[in-house]
Amino acid sequence: MVGIFQSWNIALSIFNLCLISAVMTMGANIQWGYAGLINFGIMGYTALGGLAAVLISVDPVQEAWRAGGFDILMALWLIVVMVLVIRFILKRFEKSKIRTYSIAAIIISGILLIRFSAEPGIEAIEAVDPAKTGFLGGFGLPIVFSWIVGALFAGGLAFIVGKVALGLRADYLAIATLLISEIVIAIIKHEDWLTRGVKNVIGLKRPAPYEVDLQTTDWFINLVEKFNSGKLSVIENLADRQAALNQLVIEGSSVFVKLCYSGLFLVVVIILLILTQKALYSPWGRMMRAIRDNEEAANAMGKNVVKQHLLIFILGSAIVGIAGAMLVTQDGLFTPGSYRPMRYTFLIWVMVIVGGSGNNFGAILGGFVVWFLWIEAAPISLFLINFFTAGIPETNALKAHLIESVPYFRFLLMGLGLLFIMRYRPKGILPEKIEIK
Amino acid sequence: MDFVNAIILLLNYIFIPALTYGSQLALGAIFVTLIYGILRFANFATGDMMSFGTMATILFTWYFQFLGVSLGVLPTALLAIPFGIIFMILYMLLIDKFVFKYYRHQKSPPVQFAMVSIGVMFVTQAVVRIIIGPADRRFFDGEKFIIKAREFKEITGLNEGLALKSTQVITIFVTIVLVSLLFWFLNRTKTGKSMKAYSDNEDLALLSGIDPKKIVLVTWVIAGILATIGGALYGLDKSFKPFTYFNNMLPIFAAAIVGGIGNPFGAFLGGYVIAFSEILLTYAYKKFFMYVLPVSMEPEGLVQLLSTDYKFAVSFSILVIVLLYRPSGIFKGKVL
Repeated sequence: MVGIFQSWNIALSIFNLCLISAVMTMGANIQWGYAGLINFGIMGYTALGGLAAVLISVDPVQEAWRAGGFDILMALWLIVVMVLVIRFILKRFEKSKIRTYSIAAIIISGILLIRFSAEPGIEAIEAVDPAKTGFLGGFGLPIVFSWIVGALFAGGLAFIVGKVALGLRADYLAIATLLISEIVIAIIKHEDWLTRGVKNVIGLKRPAPYEVDLQTTDWFINLVEKFNSGKLSVIENLADRQAALNQLVIEGSSVFVKLCYSGLFLVVVIILLILTQKALYSPWGRMMRAIRDNEEAANAMGKNVVKQHLLIFILGSAIVGIAGAMLVTQDGLFTPGSYRPMRYTFLIWVMVIVGGSGNNFGAILGGFVVWFLWIEAAPISLFLINFFTAGIPETNALKAHLIESVPYFRFLLMGLGLLFIMRYRPKGILPEKIEIK
Repeated sequence: MDFVNAIILLLNYIFIPALTYGSQLALGAIFVTLIYGILRFANFATGDMMSFGTMATILFTWYFQFLGVSLGVLPTALLAIPFGIIFMILYMLLIDKFVFKYYRHQKSPPVQFAMVSIGVMFVTQAVVRIIIGPADRRFFDGEKFIIKAREFKEITGLNEGLALKSTQVITIFVTIVLVSLLFWFLNRTKTGKSMKAYSDNEDLALLSGIDPKKIVLVTWVIAGILATIGGALYGLDKSFKPFTYFNNMLPIFAAAIVGGIGNPFGAFLGGYVIAFSEILLTYAYKKFFMYVLPVSMEPEGLVQLLSTDYKFAVSFSILVIVLLYRPSGIFKGKVL
């Protein structure tokens, strides 16, 4: 529809982001719909996925490694030692006040030690050609690998968060995860040696060909000519026809690249859909529902509720991590400053609730519908404002003000949509189907 | 002399700013905690409700400035705050009538309330941005400083100046008055006591003839007063920007939980705990040590425990630690 009204290019980029949103929504849906765990930390996992994309695909910066690599490795080693010591103390000594205080002392002195020992290394790394690099770089592997690594990163974070916070009651868990994700973003934003921070990483590798290369490839030009032979044959003049063809090739190349992304993303969505569907109807899925609906009964039946909660928390977060890596892949740049809870946590939750929690198709539908409305809210409300104020002259202050604030109508639309769905269709557009055989 | 200098330095850069920021957080935290204790949900629209109240105050301030009414050395906004409060309360009651009431009657679980409050958050954000726009706005007028750093230096002959902004004094003063009034109301009046009873045990409170409608109404009225004054004071001291207010929700939540959610006094102190730890941990102590220590022992670096970028992270880490070791908060609130 947008393809017809605006352009195929825009339509495809919306479609791609719809696919990515669908993946994120599926991740959140696994946690909320299957197990009833509320995770407001989606933004943090998305950002970690993005970080994975950077660390995997960027070529290593040799100079930076030489300048400060040793210090960073030392700091990492210190962290490992610290964790091991704490584990040792936890295992060997009885719970007592002295133990708590000594652990606190170890953590505080460890942090101070790491901070002061890594300081020169970090400064050296950040001083290496700060306009272009100033960070350690990555491993120089194809970016598609990062989708898996992103899942691992996010899963690892989820393991820590889950260990810490899963015992909390639902709304506390929501607040705790939200705040932890803010901490993650703060670290990604300000540890320049790792991520370049707010200086952003641009020009990441792509899994798809570049437009410029396509425009000079023969088979692609022939393909475009074939598709548009009808349109081209109308033009008589040879030079005009060549110019028109060039224009079409340029347009076609960007559409083609986007189609490549769509294909890759579709594969991910379909694989995830098959897996989650299988999981939902397996004995494991039934157990998760049992735990969600009556934790105590499930516990009495000998199910390890804590372990299963942790597992599903990790799985869901890993899927969000994949989506985060995909997002950075499609944009080709990593901008830590752009991770905001509104866009990456609450909007995803709107998708889950609107689509239908506990239903994977609902999650995908929610991702598509909500993202489409999020993007198209501004044009739609502009149209509506113009329609209703058609009689009022252009210079009217109220009309001008309304038109100026068009971008914010999307918040209104999302909020009202969420409120209406919660009130009149609390199970979402596609409610959960529980089969009783 | 050096020692006095060091103390003035700490007063100027740590104590007074932290006290001001803490007061602003405390008002928000009491708002969160009241809603949590009496209406029983975590209100994710907190920050945006505060920005709505501030917006109303700003609009009235502009109107008064247009009329030429002013309070002389005091900011005009103080005159506008009561009108802002009225608008805020009306907006909250409207939201309550059309949104929260239904779920209260359904006896929905707190999670559902939290989700609904996210819907309210989106709507409020849209309303604020459509009416006043997303830009940074300053609406302070009147005398800016009570003591200027330079004058202080001239009077006392010290090296370090002590600047005292009038907004800081107003903030601290208003907070003290408002909070004492609130605690008097909650502990001494019949309505306040019935609110406490309702918060402790809803069914028993209903049995003893407490009118739930009145309780809810009074709660929203108090919440409206706290939200508007807290928001307006923050806006006067710093500046008004809808996005900042949304972000402020997070330290406010942290303060409420650290103090023990559902416990207004805990929330009040929690605000200061968060503010002081944020500023104490991210302040660069170099100058302080230069005054206190002999020349030979002067530190080389900035002597900063954490860089200022991690200001928010500090308060959230405190929250996580509190949740781990003392889930009911420092002052016993509701047990999780």
